[in-house]
Amino acid sequence: MATNEPDGRRDMVRLEKINLSFGENHVLKDLDLTVAPSEKVVIIGPSGSGKTTILRVIMTLNRPDSGCVIIDGRHLYHEERKGELVPAREKHVREVRTDISMVFQHFNLFPHLTALENLTLAPMKVLDLSKEEASDRGLELLRRVGLGDKADQYPGQLSGGQKQRVAIARALAMRPKVMLFDEPTSALDPELVGEVLAVIKDIALEGKTTMMLVTHEMGFAREAADRVLMFDSGRIIEEGTPGQVLKNPAHDRTRAFLRAVLSH
Amino acid sequence: MSAFAQVAFSWDWDYALRVLPDIARGLWQTILATLVGISIGMVLGLLLALLRRSRVRVIRWPTIAFIEFVRSTPLLVQLFFIFFVFPGFGLVLSPFVTLVVGLGIHYGTYTSESYRAGIENVERGQWEAATALNLSAATTWSRIVLPQAIPTVIPALGNYLVAMFKDAPLGFAVAAGGILLAAQSEASRSFRPIEPFTLMGVLFLAVSIPAAFFVRYLERRYGYERA
Amino acid sequence: MLSGNQIQALLEGVWMTVRVFALAGLLGTVLALLFGIMSLAENRLLRWISRIYVEVARGASAIVLLFYAAFAIPIILGMRSGRTFVFTAAVVALGVNMGGYGAEVVRTGIQSVPRGQTEAATALNLRFRDRLRHVTLPQALIVMLPPYGNLSIEVLKATALVSLVGLADLTAEAQNLRVQRAVSGSRAATSLAIFGTALVFYFVMAQLLAVFFRWLERRLAGDWYRGRS
Repeated sequence: MATNEPDGRRDMVRLEKINLSFGENHVLKDLDLTVAPSEKVVIIGPSGSGKTTILRVIMTLNRPDSGCVIIDGRHLYHEERKGELVPAREKHVREVRTDISMVFQHFNLFPHLTALENLTLAPMKVLDLSKEEASDRGLELLRRVGLGDKADQYPGQLSGGQKQRVAIARALAMRPKVMLFDEPTSALDPELVGEVLAVIKDIALEGKTTMMLVTHEMGFAREAADRVLMFDSGRIIEEGTPGQVLKNPAHDRTRAFLRAVLSH
Repeated sequence: MSAFAQVAFSWDWDYALRVLPDIARGLWQTILATLVGISIGMVLGLLLALLRRSRVRVIRWPTIAFIEFVRSTPLLVQLFFIFFVFPGFGLVLSPFVTLVVGLGIHYGTYTSESYRAGIENVERGQWEAATALNLSAATTWSRIVLPQAIPTVIPALGNYLVAMFKDAPLGFAVAAGGILLAAQSEASRSFRPIEPFTLMGVLFLAVSIPAAFFVRYLERRYGYERA
Repeated sequence: MLSGNQIQALLEGVWMTVRVFALAGLLGTVLALLFGIMSLAENRLLRWISRIYVEVARGASAIVLLFYAAFAIPIILGMRSGRTFVFTAAVVALGVNMGGYGAEVVRTGIQSVPRGQTEAATALNLRFRDRLRHVTLPQALIVMLPPYGNLSIEVLKATALVSLVGLADLTAEAQNLRVQRAVSGSRAATSLAIFGTALVFYFVMAQLLAVFFRWLERRLAGDWYRGRS
């Protein structure tokens, strides 16, 4: 399993020849993608280009038709048995998935649980933390995202921006190596976008977590991303530093897309 | 365990085939009762729905009470009521009539709710247009409201039809024919219950399951939305 | 009007009705949860099994299942049919029938929970049974309660059928009283009083069930449900 780079550095996320079709729609075409540890990658592109699907494939919400996903050196969808690579059993998938977390466009908070309970459920059930440990961790994270006083409130009582911040805290509570953000601010009223981006930027600056974001917020990409990928029709058509892709795009389609997005 | 007697069961095909025509005839009686029952139920349901909407409290409240009472109590006991109590008031009904009247009243209360929903779903604007055109109440009802309300009830009627078919064998209790009576009579006559009851079950399923599929197909086809 | 003895007899029938209802309801609920969840399984065979159960359990009416269980099964199994057997058979027949309808209510309830909830649970790496217990079912339950309440009243009404296979429930006791009256030719309680009282007893039980389920809905909904956006 050649997952080591020649210079010894190991990719955190590696997608090899990923193909995925929804019926007749070939959404991801022979996709290769690598993300280095602690790298912050922003994915942009028109809707229907498949950019959200990449995140969903990594998060195991959609299974690829073919190809491999490797997280920190371990295959996600395959396991090695008797020296051969075979489709993984559920148990193996869960083990590898432990290192990945996701923040959704529509928050997906559990409405019947308080903010704190949203944060403590998985750590208790999956990471086997005690109730005290999980609560301590949960409260600390809520404070970090600026919602320490909302621990006992229900999602229905929170604003959109607050909900998304709770969702981010919930993902952080699992101490993931890889965090995925699927258009985290697209469903928010404009005046609430800033508070959420601030939290995401904070996580990026703190350093260790590998992050992949699908977003239209170009300002954020410029400030926080290490690398920007432009997606279209199931393929990466351009990639580079924010300066390269956003200021001087090489591709016509990238230019057209950026013009459309930045003009309103 | 002495509860287990000798296993003396073996399926007798000759007997089963001999008995099949009687069971099938019983099935036909059950289907017939269902068809008559649903007809009564459809008419009675509309009547109840209209009474329920009456602005006269003395009419409306007893109607609501009646509907609620009949819906909450077992059809079987209602059949007994009709069969044994009505004669005391001079109304002696034959077993078959008892069955279809019982089915009709019981399911009439269900259909009345569907009619009510259908009538209430006719837009306010329709009523107002009728008033603006100075139409009489009778015309408004017969030409504007009911023609729009009744079609919405039809998909629900399909379900009630299937449900009534499952209740119709209860005619057994008042000796009104039907598939259960046929099977039970045969079983007690021959002391071999397996074949008649199995045939009853198979024939019954052979009607009720396809009917259920058909009703579901109709619902999909005519875009029925449950309230 | 009914004499004290007659009312006593009817009440004993009520007790039998309640016992049959409670046990059949318990069995029906277990089956409904089992087959309702199974109908949403990833495994196609499990989905098929669930579908077959639902179609047959609903398609065969309660009365057909009852008679088959009470009279045909004992012979097939080679058992002698005693009173406890008929009781068990009745409970099983009504429970199986209820499970068929209940499974559909459970399935619809679970499917009403937005897909995002399942995805969030997957993203948090929750095990299937933890997701079911802490995320899906609590939200599905609220949706399931009203139709389940209606279903429970239908089951209560169906218990009257057990009188036809020989169990001494409320309906059977009412029949007994009528026969006694006809035989003795007494001037005591008319058929109207007998069956009327029986109907009222059923009505009261049905209303109690309705009130119970409304209370349950209110209690389970809680603050979060009302504040839900």
